[in-house]
Amino acid sequence: MAFFHIVVCGGLVPDPLQTLEPVSGPAGWSLKNESLLPSILDPWAANALYEADALAKANPGSKVWLASAAPKVKLQQVLMALAQKAPFELLPVDAPAGGFTDAVECALALAGAVQSIEGLDRSRLLLFGGWESASRGAGATLSVLGEKLGLTEQFQGVDKLTVDGDGSLEILERVEGGKHQVSVLSSPPAVLGWATGGRAEPPNNPQIGMANMRALMPSLQKARAAKLPGDGLTLKSVSLPRQKRNTQVVKDMPVEQIAVEIVEWIKKKP
Amino acid sequence: MTQPSTASKAVLQTLPGDEIRQILWRYQDRFDYQMLVQSSRSVARGPVARLVAQGARNSHEWTEAKHSLLKVYDESGITGAFLDPAYGGLFEGPKNLIMSLVAFELAWVDGGAATASLAGNLGLAPIHECGTPEQVARYMKMASPAKPGENRKTMRAAFALTEPLPYVGVETGLLCGKARVAEWKDGQEPLLEIDKRGRFITNMDYATVVTAAVDTDDKRIKSSCMVILEEGDPGLFDRGTATKKLVHQLSSTRDPNFQLKVPASRIVGGYTVKEGVIVPNYTHSEVIEAVFKRTRVTVGLMTAAKLLSAVEPIIRYQRQRFRGGTAATPGTPRYDLGIQTKEDALHRLVDVWAMGEAGASLGFATTRLYDELDPLEREKNRILDERGVQGARARMKEMAKVERQAMEYLIMTRMPQGRRNPSMFEALKNDPLVQFSVFEPVANVLCPATKLWNTGQGANSLREAVSLMGGYGITEDCPGFLGHKWMDAQLEATYEGPEAVQRRQLSITMAQPLFLEQFKHWIMDLKTLAADHPETGACGLGTAMQMWLWTLSHLQESVDATGHKLFSSNRQGVTFPMADALCWLLASRQQILDVLELEQKGASNPSLAETLPGTLAFLTDLCQVQAARAAGEVSRICAELVFGYNRHPRWDSEGCQSCFNEADLEGLETYVPGIGSVAYGYSDVLDMDDNHPLKRGPCANISGMEPFLSLRAKLDGCLTGCRLAKDRAAESLTRVMIPEALDYPQ
Repeated sequence: MAFFHIVVCGGLVPDPLQTLEPVSGPAGWSLKNESLLPSILDPWAANALYEADALAKANPGSKVWLASAAPKVKLQQVLMALAQKAPFELLPVDAPAGGFTDAVECALALAGAVQSIEGLDRSRLLLFGGWESASRGAGATLSVLGEKLGLTEQFQGVDKLTVDGDGSLEILERVEGGKHQVSVLSSPPAVLGWATGGRAEPPNNPQIGMANMRALMPSLQKARAAKLPGDGLTLKSVSLPRQKRNTQVVKDMPVEQIAVEIVEWIKKKP
Repeated sequence: MTQPSTASKAVLQTLPGDEIRQILWRYQDRFDYQMLVQSSRSVARGPVARLVAQGARNSHEWTEAKHSLLKVYDESGITGAFLDPAYGGLFEGPKNLIMSLVAFELAWVDGGAATASLAGNLGLAPIHECGTPEQVARYMKMASPAKPGENRKTMRAAFALTEPLPYVGVETGLLCGKARVAEWKDGQEPLLEIDKRGRFITNMDYATVVTAAVDTDDKRIKSSCMVILEEGDPGLFDRGTATKKLVHQLSSTRDPNFQLKVPASRIVGGYTVKEGVIVPNYTHSEVIEAVFKRTRVTVGLMTAAKLLSAVEPIIRYQRQRFRGGTAATPGTPRYDLGIQTKEDALHRLVDVWAMGEAGASLGFATTRLYDELDPLEREKNRILDERGVQGARARMKEMAKVERQAMEYLIMTRMPQGRRNPSMFEALKNDPLVQFSVFEPVANVLCPATKLWNTGQGANSLREAVSLMGGYGITEDCPGFLGHKWMDAQLEATYEGPEAVQRRQLSITMAQPLFLEQFKHWIMDLKTLAADHPETGACGLGTAMQMWLWTLSHLQESVDATGHKLFSSNRQGVTFPMADALCWLLASRQQILDVLELEQKGASNPSLAETLPGTLAFLTDLCQVQAARAAGEVSRICAELVFGYNRHPRWDSEGCQSCFNEADLEGLETYVPGIGSVAYGYSDVLDMDDNHPLKRGPCANISGMEPFLSLRAKLDGCLTGCRLAKDRAAESLTRVMIPEALDYPQ
């Protein structure tokens, strides 16, 4: 069985349970109390990490790296749980995180981190990440990063990856219209932007975590800083998806009439 | 509505997160601990919370769903946390703090889940603390969750002390469970016959090993002991009926019955044979003492976790109370703040939060102390073994000598450096026996104090928390499961030694000179601290501690109106309230010390740069609120005890000895002009017909009590500003950002 060198790219996003309120200041857009909000690894990137872990386990000799551009202190807290999920090496870039950074600048910073990996076999490289994110969801960082690294085989919205007996990769990818496309790639390298994948979040395992942390903490201390100033990027307006609530309390309505109302409501939907 | 009083001051922006807690409770440098905390949290807020939400608590029986949690505990590292790495565990060294952190996380969601995880440790603890090397090796290894590729079941343990009435559970010194010699062939190991019925035994649905306390029922067995029973031993291993408890339903509890034959090598800690008699190396009391002094603290922390867990759901409930109705439209205070526009709701939540902080501070300080004490205790035992000092009495005698040195050391710590003998000071400082003697009396107070105060007062505060949720509070779907938590707290106040047991222990340990010496030092420290941190309430707390100390000394020397000694072991009406009062002081003190730690260490954590000032200001206000409450409790208790045992004078000749008569005063007016007007202020005055004023009797004589009255007046003054602190804290509650929804069940 062939091995893979899998680099998972993932940023941090605020815990989705928190109140997210975009505010504009002298330094541009940010979230209210952004630095105080607890963070998690972007859920799409997390799916990619769990897929990478499963792939590495199924293919002995494989190795997983996690490349993350995020504030170092936030990353450290996230690692306390994340490092227990799967074995990986960390490629930290001490940079701002969130929905207001420029995807190109972020991709460049990550490209530097990936290129710095000693012993990386680019012919076996699989660049994993989320096909979008829980921050702004530009969906561009991974594609740009792939281009910068010269990886032209790119798949977005991946739901499943199967390694065939001859070492080729069969990729189930989401396409327009709610359909899937199956592609076969003879061999790496490639970029895979994961959708949900098919893996449940692994339970925490402190023993994996402690083994991971021996290497993760020194890596974190040596994280290279990247400013990501956002030159040339202007966000004209920022808003959260609006919540709409049209609850009616109606008593004693006959079932038939309820059905009629539902049908009318469905018809109104665009 | 609370008036804004801190417009220019930093305010609490978010609820204290992990970074704050790690500093407050001193594990910011332990990444391994932080990991297990995260792991335990995901178990608590995931599988455990889901089970609670699904109604798994509505059955006394141990269901498959409940049983599935054991596997989750194994996989998440919770089961192995108690074990040493040599036996598949995660952490080297003492584990009191980490075990408490795990229990805290589980109890944040459900106390029964915490109990189930802890009960296995409790079952193993007799072996861990007192077992022979062979016993430790065998059972710890079996208790370790199987590694990948290992084909074995994880051994689960139960601790069987409590018996059906009339005995154990009320009085641990008496046991119905018996051990007899069944067979003893020459040159062979004796075979024991064990007869034990248990009551309220946790883990009994699935435990395969039980550590059971039994008394001797045979002249050939010298004393009581604890024995290890295994499922599969010849005889009856009956798990009994499920206990119909109203609380902690995510832990298995049954009333088992054991009639088994086991080899004498199962006696925990081993035995020796002297003149044809089996002499257990440890009596059951000695084993229990070693076990409970550690595990009880964890129980106290479970209740503190519940209190702190109540804060977020209550704030959310308060704010959203009127949303959805026509009377509250977005942008109005009624819509945004809901019940938080009312001062009382905020003040009561401040009280709940302050109690939770104080309880957590006290509990974690105690577990950390045990982490320091454990290696010292092992070293002490090693040294005494080396010196050939064997047996409880001989050891006590030897340590009494060391206690004198410990007192010397403590006195020296307060001397200016130039005045103390440096070589002697260093020698005492580096002497493990002396250091053990210094720490142990404090631990002997802090442990029962945590168990007693955190659970007892915690249960009272949880009732308050439930009431703050209105009718919602007593429903199954109350966010944060507060109704369950309130009920659970009552069990926590009972198991592993009910409140009376803790008060009894405290009433003895709190009067130990080595503790009292350190208590005096703490008073001085608080006064010094108050100079730099006046808003913490440290000054008032110090005064309250002085009052407690004065009262203790007074009670120890005084008799009641009938001439009976006031402070004696049977006078629980005196000793127990003093124990209660002490707990308030200890918790409040530790809360202040923790906030001080946060102030000192928080600045070095860049992730806290923005939030630290507001959090510190808020937690400091909570300290002052709690210190004032503690001072009030102490003042009330002490006043009752100091005056309450004197007989109130009556309107008889004895009681009226110092009364004036109006007629006499008229006569005296000639010689002492003005006496008529001042006499009323000093004494009672009878009218011309000898009729007395309409009250119980002449006012009680308070001569000799001036120091106490002076302290009390001082303490009242020390409360200055405490309500302003409460107002500030209340205002913070209206501003603090909380998540959109509770993070459990996930």
